[in-house]
Amino acid sequence: MKNIIEVKHLYKKFGRFTAVNDVNFEVREGEIFGFLGPNGAGKTTTINILCTLMRPTKGRVILNGFDVVKKPNEVRKSVGLVFQDPSLDLKLTAMQNLQFHASVYDVPRDVAKRRIKKVLDMVELWDRRKDTVQTYSGGMRRRLEIARGLLHFPRVLFLDEPTLGLDPQTRSHIWDYILELRKRLNITVFLTTHYMDEANVADRIAIIDHGKIVALDTPDNLKRMVGGDVITMKTDNIEAAAVEIREKYGIEAHQVSDGISFEVQNGEEFIPTLVRDFKSGLQGISLHRPTLEDVFLKLTGREIREEAGGEGVMMKQFAMRQARGGKGFH
Amino acid sequence: MNTFKTNLRGVYTIWYRDILRFWRDKARLFSSFAMPVLYLVIFGTGIASAFSAGEFDYISFMYPGIIGMVVIISAMFSGMTVVFDREFGFLKEVLVAPISRTSVVIGKVLGGATIATIQGLVMLVFIPFADVSITVGGGFMLVALMFMVALAITSMGLFIASRIRSMEAFQAMMQLLMFPLVFISPVMFPVETLPSWLGILVKLNPVSYGVDAMRQAVLGADASAMFGIELFGYRMPVILDAAVVVAFGLIMGALAIRSFRVQE
Repeated sequence: MKNIIEVKHLYKKFGRFTAVNDVNFEVREGEIFGFLGPNGAGKTTTINILCTLMRPTKGRVILNGFDVVKKPNEVRKSVGLVFQDPSLDLKLTAMQNLQFHASVYDVPRDVAKRRIKKVLDMVELWDRRKDTVQTYSGGMRRRLEIARGLLHFPRVLFLDEPTLGLDPQTRSHIWDYILELRKRLNITVFLTTHYMDEANVADRIAIIDHGKIVALDTPDNLKRMVGGDVITMKTDNIEAAAVEIREKYGIEAHQVSDGISFEVQNGEEFIPTLVRDFKSGLQGISLHRPTLEDVFLKLTGREIREEAGGEGVMMKQFAMRQARGGKGFH
Repeated sequence: MNTFKTNLRGVYTIWYRDILRFWRDKARLFSSFAMPVLYLVIFGTGIASAFSAGEFDYISFMYPGIIGMVVIISAMFSGMTVVFDREFGFLKEVLVAPISRTSVVIGKVLGGATIATIQGLVMLVFIPFADVSITVGGGFMLVALMFMVALAITSMGLFIASRIRSMEAFQAMMQLLMFPLVFISPVMFPVETLPSWLGILVKLNPVSYGVDAMRQAVLGADASAMFGIELFGYRMPVILDAAVVVAFGLIMGALAIRSFRVQE
């Protein structure tokens, strides 16, 4: 299978801070490639380099056969982008936003007319085409951005946190569109997210942490790395509990938000013995099959959520949107 | 050749969007007028009733300066659209488009300058109030001069906007620049009767030459001779005034393009 993106020894430094540190990967044509990691791990920086918004400090990126540094315009024609932050002109109508896009991407007028109809139908916004975007809800705006990203028939569609801040129903709608699109147009989708359930739709996932790729495989293979079942215990004395688990069973437990978590084989049968013998103040216990979250925890020793979707971050984003005049809702 | 056509289309598209937004935003159409019109009507009438400026009525003298002021203010604030687009994200859509940064800047400059010129043209409704009679030739010259001044000042606004991240900072910067650019110029008073320190400051201001040329276009070269700028004892004709404005515009345009092309 042909590689649509090839990244070799990519570095990006901001002063003394290394945001992207020797990243290597390939994306195959037609696949959904997931890029997973907490905020600040280097996801957006990598995307910005791949779509020519930033220059790499070192390394080589080939996209659709073009070098991102030497042939930026060819690369730009090859990619469609849906950014983490909204990038629509709110004062213009949906139609005008799409016409602008078609025009700067050199889509001939008659072709553009047909395609605009097609993409707006696809995201169910054709009836609202003459309304200014500022009257749209967050979900509608995101759908419009996806429609716009597809207008010039890109080979690769970049989705940077495409459903961030949207309600679950809208999120699942948007995913239906994306999967449908891939089936119909056979485009490659490059996705970053920190919603683990979303990452599951990817054919392959790269897990990035502190600017480095720590694992790259299919979701199933990644989960297999965890081995067995995951048991999470709620306890008021986390350290004592971890010591007890280590001494009794020889298992290394990870610390999670209000307790510990560890992996065992045949978890259902393990739980009764564990609960009967446990001394360190057990408050609750649960068992689940490994998720990508557990993979991340195993690889980095940290929970992805506490950094990515924690309350502090949400509050900060909310405050930032407020500061932008309350119009930054998405 | 193909790339050239694509970029030309990019310039047009960027220009067209600015015009489209301008028409949709009726409030902006009038926002640049408020202050200059107040100056013309209140300030002009007040001064005119107290002093007389030779054979000309003060309001007639001031009027071309006020047209210049409208064009300058409007052009300066067109840089704001870039800051605005950055804040609301649309700038990203522009910057990842497969057109050169140069064409983005040219499109923006043309858009801002067109809008500023339209606003300058609206000021012509005050012709009866100012009691001037503009010749057809003078009228065309005035429009051309408005566009030249608008191009130069828009380029300057864009250059500053490309360096500034927040709307508040941009606004503060514009206020800071506007005062010297507009008032240390022949908008309100003739130059050659000024004390020499102020006269020198006025002559260092590139905007002064634009205003001087507009005054000649409106009042006629002979009639405005007594108010005109003299450089090295030589009375500046329209063509040289325009050359100063164009040179200033080219420098600012080059700086804006360079600033937009720098990637992180």
